[in-house]
Amino acid sequence: MIELIAQNPILAALVALVGLSIVFGGLLGFAAEKFKVEGDPIVEQIDELLPQTQCGQCGFPGCRPYAESIANGDVINKCPPGGQATINAIANLLDVPAPELDAEHGEESEVRTVAFIREEECIGCTKCIQACPVDAILGAAKLMHTVIADECTGCDLCVEPCPVDCIDMLPVAETIADWKWSIPAKPGQMIATDRRGEVSPAAHNEDAA
Amino acid sequence: MSRTWVTPGGVHPPENKHQSVTQPIGQLPIPEKLIIPLSQHIGAPATPCVEIGQQVLKGQVIAEATGMVSIPMHAPSSGTISAIEHRPIAHASGMLAPCIEITTDGADTWIEHQGISDYEHISPRKLIEMVGNAGISGMGGAGFPSAVKLNPGRQRPIDTLIVNATECEPYITADDSAIRERAGEIVEGIKILSAILDHPHHIMIGIEDNKPEAIEALAPHVEGTGISVVVFPTKYPSGGEKQLIYILTGKELPAGKLPADEGMVCINIGTTYAIKRAIIDGEPLISRVTTVTGDAVGIQRNYDTLIGTPVSHLLSHNQFDEQAGGRVVMGGPMMGFTLPSADVPIVKTTNCILAPSYSEIPDDEPAQPCIRCGMCAEACPVSLLPQQLFWYAQAQEHDRLEAHNLFDCIECGACSYVCPSNIPLVQYYRAAKGEIRQAREEKVKSDHARERFEFHKERIEQAEREKEAKRVARREATQQAKADHLAATANGATNAPATAAPSGAVPSSSAADIIAAAQARAAAKQASPEDQRAKLERTIASAEQRLKVAEEKLAEAINSDTGKQDKLSAAVENTRQKLEQSKSKLAELTE
Repeated sequence: MIELIAQNPILAALVALVGLSIVFGGLLGFAAEKFKVEGDPIVEQIDELLPQTQCGQCGFPGCRPYAESIANGDVINKCPPGGQATINAIANLLDVPAPELDAEHGEESEVRTVAFIREEECIGCTKCIQACPVDAILGAAKLMHTVIADECTGCDLCVEPCPVDCIDMLPVAETIADWKWSIPAKPGQMIATDRRGEVSPAAHNEDAA
Repeated sequence: MSRTWVTPGGVHPPENKHQSVTQPIGQLPIPEKLIIPLSQHIGAPATPCVEIGQQVLKGQVIAEATGMVSIPMHAPSSGTISAIEHRPIAHASGMLAPCIEITTDGADTWIEHQGISDYEHISPRKLIEMVGNAGISGMGGAGFPSAVKLNPGRQRPIDTLIVNATECEPYITADDSAIRERAGEIVEGIKILSAILDHPHHIMIGIEDNKPEAIEALAPHVEGTGISVVVFPTKYPSGGEKQLIYILTGKELPAGKLPADEGMVCINIGTTYAIKRAIIDGEPLISRVTTVTGDAVGIQRNYDTLIGTPVSHLLSHNQFDEQAGGRVVMGGPMMGFTLPSADVPIVKTTNCILAPSYSEIPDDEPAQPCIRCGMCAEACPVSLLPQQLFWYAQAQEHDRLEAHNLFDCIECGACSYVCPSNIPLVQYYRAAKGEIRQAREEKVKSDHARERFEFHKERIEQAEREKEAKRVARREATQQAKADHLAATANGATNAPATAAPSGAVPSSSAADIIAAAQARAAAKQASPEDQRAKLERTIASAEQRLKVAEEKLAEAINSDTGKQDKLSAAVENTRQKLEQSKSKLAELTE
């Protein structure tokens, strides 16, 4: 056996390599079948980071289609509800530089809003109910509708279809329970002209506490 | 003396405790208005059970506990409920919260109440219930409902009871003076706690060595009781729960664990006094010892203050000089916060009102850049890396902050205190914690929204599928009807007279006939001229047949019955018209 190999080194190497490639090829094929991943995990991960308002401001019908589009190479700055935080998170995930929010798709709003139906004006047309992507509007034909505020994502989609314009987007008031401290002004602004307009008296008082 | 352990880090700020202990605990006149916030504790706010205009007696329940982790509120003095509304409360945000306002009558009439002296013979469950009903929450800082803390529904028995008399924060002497004057009652309270917790092996009172008078006052009362007073060197912050547990037992509580998980209960010494009053005297928690101190007040001392007393009442009775210092801080200089207004009431956790003069606690100097000196890391009592946390907080890198155990930070302020660049580090951590909490909540919300969206999509698709199925069914039914009709007309062509005869008098009345007619029309439009001619000829033949039958029937009707005459004559006319139509069409076609 060893003599045979020694006498035909090229042939032996060829046989060994072909044998190895068959073995590993089989192994890889088996692994590909056995540990098959359903769907595209990157889409899932991007979808996790999107704010799920389902508002369609990105031009896609919902957050998941946009996530799929991003996975296929779309730009990541089309989501105004998520704002810069979401862009940063996706940029971090995809390991790309984080761009500014694309103003074409809307502006990032500071306060969260929820839809509110002025109920005495509602004619019960059900158009908003059909428009709501998360089924947060309650009502029936020719009966008054109302918004379940806890379920509302503030996507705006119900405002447009209303024929009597009885839907308002109201800002959600901050309560003591969800109040939080704000980040203090950046240190290092020792030169008066540098910090012009940055150190407010209120921030100064808080520091004292 | 038992062994003590030394915590890492810590600072030694000027204590400034001597000013407020020169006089015994004082009493203030009853304020005109008492404002009782419904949420003075961790957990659900209490629910008001009184109405505006209702007379209440001292100690009467005015708001009931809402659920398990909550406490009731009691009227601190007798009077009339004058408002139930949102008022400014002691909160760093300066926001309003629901409060009950009592206009006092000055009589201070107690509601009928009764305590029990032989608590040894009463079940712990009943004692805990009494503690809960007395509205007692932790009086040291966080305000966790005591009844929940003492609840025996835990996996492991309590073998160590730690009473926290550290009071490590500068200026505050509320616990110190309470121990000096009420040591007997406090020890009684500890004995009640011991009974509730089924007599733990170790009962320790942890106290810093800067309170020799208090230690002396406790000594005669603890003799022979098994309670040990453990004195340890003064250092800030030794009074944090985890810090004190480490100092007294050498055990480090793991992150996210409660003392009860390790078989320990840690309770503030002021709370033990409140528990004694609740069990032995039957009095709910309606007052507490509060230190009024700082150079901007003329009299610096401790008061037995009614809960709900406006801070302005305390200040005006202590010669507050607004010129000397504009700020009023609730709590100490390290962990307290500047009050948004002096109208806010004293709550169950208010141990100190500090009105410092500007020279005493000057305004913070502007922050300078971090020079990475590392003093904050040396001062941190939890062995965190404050400057790393500072960088990550600025960059809002939440993952890294959590990886660096931001949530183990007790916000003691030691890092800010030592920072040579005056960076308000704790504020960054508080802000970052708030942001992370908010992000977590938003995550839960967005997951929920996604679920609802998926369900919505699924529902719409389902409806679409059902519609499609119906459409298919309808199409199939039509094709079936068409096929049936074609078969029928094929038969009808061969023996038209036979089939036409029975229905001849009432042409095209049923739905099937309508469909058939429509199809026939459609077919006539599309069919070739030969087919059309053949069809028309067939139609003419069958119509002639029908006309004949109808005329016969009409004749019959005229002879026998006059009722159907009109109808039948109309039908005959109709059939004749159709026949004419067909004939003219045939003529058209042949041309």
